[in-house]
Amino acid sequence: MSSVTRRDFVAQTTGAAAATALPGRARAAVPMQDAEAYAKQLCMLALDAAQGAGADYADARVVMTRRQVVRTRDDRVERVTDAEDQGFAVRVLVDGAWGFIGSPTVLRREAFRLARLAVEQARITAASQRSRVRLAPAPATPDGEWQSPVTIDPFSVGIEDKADLLLRSNSAALRAGGQFVESGIECARMETTFASTDGTLLHQVQYRTYPTMTITAVASDGSRFARRSSAEVAPMGLGYEHVQQADLPGRAASWADEAVAQLSAPSVAAGTYDLILHPSNLFLVIHETLGHSTELDRAMGFEAGYAGTSFLAPPSAMLNRFRFGPEFMNVQGDRTQHGGLATVGWDDEGIPADSWPIVRDGVFVDYQTTREQAGWISEYTGIDRSHGCAHASSWRYPPFQRMPNVSLLPGEEEHSLDDIVSATDRGLLIVGRGSYSIDQQRYNFQFGGQACYEIRNGQRVGQVRDVAFQGRTPEFWNALDMLGGTKTYELGGTLYDGKGQPGQLNAVSHGCPVARFKGINVLNTGA
Amino acid sequence: MANVLTEQQAQALSERALRLINADGAQVRVVSRDAGHLRVGANQITTGGTHADVTVELTARLGSREATVQVNQSTQDELARAAARAVDAARLAPENPELMPFPTPEPAPAVQAEFASTANLDADSRVRTATAIIERAEAVDMVGAAFFTHDVTSTAVANTAGLFRYHRASRAALSTTMRTADGRGSGWAGSTHNDADRLESVAALADRAIGKAVGSQNAQPIAPGRYTVVLERAAVAPLIQRWAAALDARAAAEGRSAMARPDGGSAIGETLAADGLTVVSDPTDAEVLGRPFTDDGVPLHRTVWLRNGILEHLSATRYWAAQHGMDPLPYDGDLIVTGTEQSLESLVATVERGLLVTRLWYIREVDRRTLTVTGLTRDGTFLIENGRIVRGVANLRFNQSIVALLRQVRAVGPSERTLATGSGDAGPAIVVPPLVVSDFQFTSASDAV
Repeated sequence: MSSVTRRDFVAQTTGAAAATALPGRARAAVPMQDAEAYAKQLCMLALDAAQGAGADYADARVVMTRRQVVRTRDDRVERVTDAEDQGFAVRVLVDGAWGFIGSPTVLRREAFRLARLAVEQARITAASQRSRVRLAPAPATPDGEWQSPVTIDPFSVGIEDKADLLLRSNSAALRAGGQFVESGIECARMETTFASTDGTLLHQVQYRTYPTMTITAVASDGSRFARRSSAEVAPMGLGYEHVQQADLPGRAASWADEAVAQLSAPSVAAGTYDLILHPSNLFLVIHETLGHSTELDRAMGFEAGYAGTSFLAPPSAMLNRFRFGPEFMNVQGDRTQHGGLATVGWDDEGIPADSWPIVRDGVFVDYQTTREQAGWISEYTGIDRSHGCAHASSWRYPPFQRMPNVSLLPGEEEHSLDDIVSATDRGLLIVGRGSYSIDQQRYNFQFGGQACYEIRNGQRVGQVRDVAFQGRTPEFWNALDMLGGTKTYELGGTLYDGKGQPGQLNAVSHGCPVARFKGINVLNTGA
Repeated sequence: MANVLTEQQAQALSERALRLINADGAQVRVVSRDAGHLRVGANQITTGGTHADVTVELTARLGSREATVQVNQSTQDELARAAARAVDAARLAPENPELMPFPTPEPAPAVQAEFASTANLDADSRVRTATAIIERAEAVDMVGAAFFTHDVTSTAVANTAGLFRYHRASRAALSTTMRTADGRGSGWAGSTHNDADRLESVAALADRAIGKAVGSQNAQPIAPGRYTVVLERAAVAPLIQRWAAALDARAAAEGRSAMARPDGGSAIGETLAADGLTVVSDPTDAEVLGRPFTDDGVPLHRTVWLRNGILEHLSATRYWAAQHGMDPLPYDGDLIVTGTEQSLESLVATVERGLLVTRLWYIREVDRRTLTVTGLTRDGTFLIENGRIVRGVANLRFNQSIVALLRQVRAVGPSERTLATGSGDAGPAIVVPPLVVSDFQFTSASDAV
């Protein structure tokens, strides 16, 4: 990857273009104070223009993203892509109705045009608006600055180094008996400058890195194939150090061994088992059952057209009343967690990153909220501020309520995975995310895994295949009977959580320890 | 009118970008889009907006090394920087022995897919549509959600082998979910077409969803198990899309798909579906109006994948085809399943006891070998007895092989363009009929409404 030199940067920013256009792409390579100052200036211009046009509230975002993907297959590089995207968005409230417009043109004149159009749009909507939007108070952040905790900027590492790491991983997997291997490294950088008429002006940079591989083993007669992914390696809000620590080259052979072993593993006997879920599997169960059901927009019916509603409704009947699980179950919403994908300095409404209980001692106590939503439930929670869950996946779309990192806290006792296995007579240990599906109110779910081990009399006796477990969220969490300690706690995550219309993606992490659930229904998916 | 690049503008931009890429070979794709949307939730307009954007994708090739850089800025400076980055990245990328020469110009079908009815939609028309749905919902004490989205997109591709192609299309999609005020009934209806005038009327769409919600109110649970089902088009479409995604010659030859057979064989020539089922891709079909070329400019012609139940073709990339003495056969996502004249009502009338399924939700692969998927019914599931719909039933989770399902098709209804996405976005064009399928496997009950 080439980097823009300081001379290039100066040439770009001092020429005619500098007077009008946001300069520079390879922002990691040069000091970017000028570009940031320019973006801040545009945001402030847009706010002034919006207020001048009659907006009661306005915010503006300049967003620049860069996403690089290196993908390989077996002994070859399949694709190298590097995408940049930048744009400018203005959102306004007029008479309690939203107006929003985004543009890829990050120019002074565009600040005025966008502000005017957003106000026009809000006025059209206000004419048929049934109830007015009211925003919860927000603390002013006049000069905010934040960046993901990155040791090695992933864009400072060359494509050849990334490809080399992947090809070495593939080679190790092929040597260990895998017939086909696909692998990749995805790196992203999102830079946001945000300002609001509530006195906030901030700049933050998020990074994400995600190394992955999937190994396929095929039976010698072609009658069967099995796949194993690097599911224990999560995408993280960290730098290239995460790719190095994930050690795909060192772990590829063991994943390939498991793929080969799956070919001859016995098919699971359907029935009831005690399930021990590794964090690499449990994170997705948390995401689907807990993360989505505690989104306030879903509970209020605003997502009925796509993502669905929630069984945790209405809030008045559920908050502080609904028992989600046993007394030792504690779940936290969190935008501050180190390395979390939803970890930020501020959300896309300028609200400082928050951390708050969602389930306390087994009881549901709070939802995920934005400024518009906080007042809907404040009489039950006693909290009149937003938890900072507004997010937009690009400048093209308005922010709305998205999931923060939602994590299950470890148990007070320091149980290890082995302790829990030893305490289990008839069970299954499931590692890694597999197939996953849940209904639109987050009751009925079905999950698979990457590798599944049968446990008899406290011992792991080998892999079984064709495993999926089904359950109903309230009963499932109330079947939680053992939690691992802090040493088993890991972050899992997904880069591609979809919600909203038009569909927007959100990246989110979920921390959890190993956990055991009693008497869960297991299907044989090959039957 | 839509603010997208014309053919002349797109060609000028592509050629300008091509000239900037200092490599052995290069390709440029330019996608220009002007889009608008409005969303309703809980009988209120919630979010809406517009954006117009031009994305330029520059691919540089040095021998068998290749890299692609994408930007959404088209000034000379930005393109020059992107071109230089693509060349730098290609220089550092390892060799890819599977790279094929860039496609050369050859005739491609022309498809007129842009309609003024869609291109002229604006904030006023979006609000009018949303307001009409809200008023319809309020009149019968329903809680309505809706999504109206439309865009005009032009796509151009050019390469150093002399190829230039341009296509321009409009799309519109409107969907609504109606829930009874007590939250115990839910119904959905959706419609999509390139031509906004061909969308189902707001009144008809809203009434269809309201009818489903009323009919499914107070639905009673039914025991999971195998049922004959009448799958409405919105339920059929995502299953057919998943089946078609498995039609890949390479995956079959490598033994890792439902189309694989022992010793590197494939299912071509086998009877995979009930007689009478034919699956085709054809961008020129008046109900599809797809882009008539692939991302790299290879023409897309009419292809019969399945004819009267027998598999005729698997798709093949140019590399795989060259390696195996085959003709390349691209698949680009548009699908037609041929239908009959038999109405949905007459299909229901053929079922002694079974379920009518409006649409499916959260479909995920469970077993790639058998194309077994899981998911749930949603927004209107009804018990059929003696050829008549008798009551709503609670939603169910299914675990069903799509390969098996196609063999279990008992009757086929009339085909229509169908909104197949869960999100309400237009998605790839798909034209499907409702199907009657025996022994559809439901594995558990869901409390979700």
